Amino acid sequence: MKSFDMDILRILPRSLWVTTCNSGSCNGCDIEVVATLGPRYDIERFGMKLVGTPRHADVLIVTGPVTHFMHEKLKRIYHQMPDPKVVVVVGNCGCSGDVFYKSYNLDGPVDNIIPVDVYVHGCAPRPEAVIEGVTKAVLKLEGLGKKPDKKEEAQEAEAMKEAEAAGGVAL
Amino acid sequence: MSTTYTIPVGPVHVGLKEPITAWLELEGERIVNARVRPGAIHRGIEFMARERNPIQVIYLSERICGICSFSHVICFIRAVEDLAQMNVPVRGQYIRSLVLELERVHSHLLWSGVACYTIGFDSAFHLGMQMRERVMDVLELLSGNRVNYGVATFGGVRWDVTPELEKALRGMVRYYRQEFTPFREIVMEDPVAQARMRNVGVLTRDEAVRYSAVGPTARASGLRIDLRKSSPYEAYADFDVEPVVPQDYFGEAHGDVLDRFAVRVLEVYQSLDIIEKILDGLPEGPFVEEANLNKVMASLKKADGTGWGIIEAPRGDDTHIVSLKGGVDNVLWWKVRAPTYANAVSWPIMFRGNELADAPLIINSIDPCISCMERMLVTDEREYRSEVVTRSELVKRSRQKTFELGSLKSKYVPGGGAEQ
Repeated sequence: MKSFDMDILRILPRSLWVTTCNSGSCNGCDIEVVATLGPRYDIERFGMKLVGTPRHADVLIVTGPVTHFMHEKLKRIYHQMPDPKVVVVVGNCGCSGDVFYKSYNLDGPVDNIIPVDVYVHGCAPRPEAVIEGVTKAVLKLEGLGKKPDKKEEAQEAEAMKEAEAAGGVAL
Repeated sequence: MSTTYTIPVGPVHVGLKEPITAWLELEGERIVNARVRPGAIHRGIEFMARERNPIQVIYLSERICGICSFSHVICFIRAVEDLAQMNVPVRGQYIRSLVLELERVHSHLLWSGVACYTIGFDSAFHLGMQMRERVMDVLELLSGNRVNYGVATFGGVRWDVTPELEKALRGMVRYYRQEFTPFREIVMEDPVAQARMRNVGVLTRDEAVRYSAVGPTARASGLRIDLRKSSPYEAYADFDVEPVVPQDYFGEAHGDVLDRFAVRVLEVYQSLDIIEKILDGLPEGPFVEEANLNKVMASLKKADGTGWGIIEAPRGDDTHIVSLKGGVDNVLWWKVRAPTYANAVSWPIMFRGNELADAPLIINSIDPCISCMERMLVTDEREYRSEVVTRSELVKRSRQKTFELGSLKSKYVPGGGAEQ
């Protein structure tokens, strides 16, 4: 992830656009995500809003254990999102399978299919927990925005040199 | 000669909260035909239940659907109680009815909010969501959870109605009586909202009968059907529950989206009345027959046979059929027929003749719960075609399969079909 132009991230991270994908959940988490948009929890006060297409989104909220049919769809949605992006899994069944174990039609949990950054547990998690999860996504993007330490850079350069000397392929 | 275009909608779509695919054939802006492909979130719940005992399946059945979770639980529990001949104390029955009505309130409020969101009436959506939080608070006070309550158990309920909760419930009923009427007036008397919903997605009375619509979808077409009236369960026999139909309100039933909106909104008032009656008539006594789950499990292990439960869920008739075998811990088989399965069949009828822009509203108008519905799927892999099948088609396919099996047997098994 270090190859991105991190200056953009310093401007962007506090206004995240979120998209959701239901990969086979029972709706419980989805209605809590809708409640998060509602007036009491009001996620828009953090500058976040739900957008209709993954191509505009920074954060992907995935709910549900991934069914066989949704496997490819979820991958496609993930690849349609522009980098840098964060994946938040909402609900126990997306995190670990939970109550849906021993099924013939589930390919999940979600981290079998796409890389996950934040796990929000609960069946279904409260809206506060969803907000906490998404704000952790902000922290992750902010962390990406920091300039890498000079020490680390030096170490990386050394490692590259060593790899080249050893005849390995330098990327 | 006009050209038709096929527009795919879904499976993941901004207008839908759950994955389902629809192909709409368009002539200009008009929808001439529609096909629906369910099965995106089929999780195999009935299959999973076969490796679990009935008490574990309570919590699995709760997760068939997060919105009507309590309906599915009660339905499953009633099916098991039916086959095991278990009693439920009267107080337990009253508390079950209470939670069922609370669930109806929160489901209908959510739906009316989402319907407003679908037509772009965002302020009404926020108003609806704000009101919904009050009933969620009460449910949380009762059970500790906002979505999957875990209230019911075999032979009763797990949580009692405390004086504190009763106070909160009465406060909630007062709040809705005050606040809900403005919401109803804002939406139903708004000329723009009326123009978007009137004569859109029409399902006539005859079509509702022919395509076996259930629940609010059928009532909006003018059918006076309600299981709480025709086949009362739990505490409903003590109250007079009249089916809410739009002809009582508008003078005639159109069977369109506005009628479905009206039926759900008026049912909220009905539920508030029932909640008040339940609180007034709540009998004293135990709320569960046997709290020790080990004893319950021992008695269920002896149970043998098939039982059924059918209730009026917020979306229509929900049916569960369960079979247990004596001496075996696990559920032998379990069949769920969720209301959306019956209602989704009428989608193609509702679509016809409407504009593409109305499609999300029509999909939403039956209050679809896709995760409830996805129990069975018919797919034709060779033609890449799968549809909601009608009964006659199903019978035809069933007969064809028998025929094929018969011909296979005569071909490969010497002696024809004599062997078992």
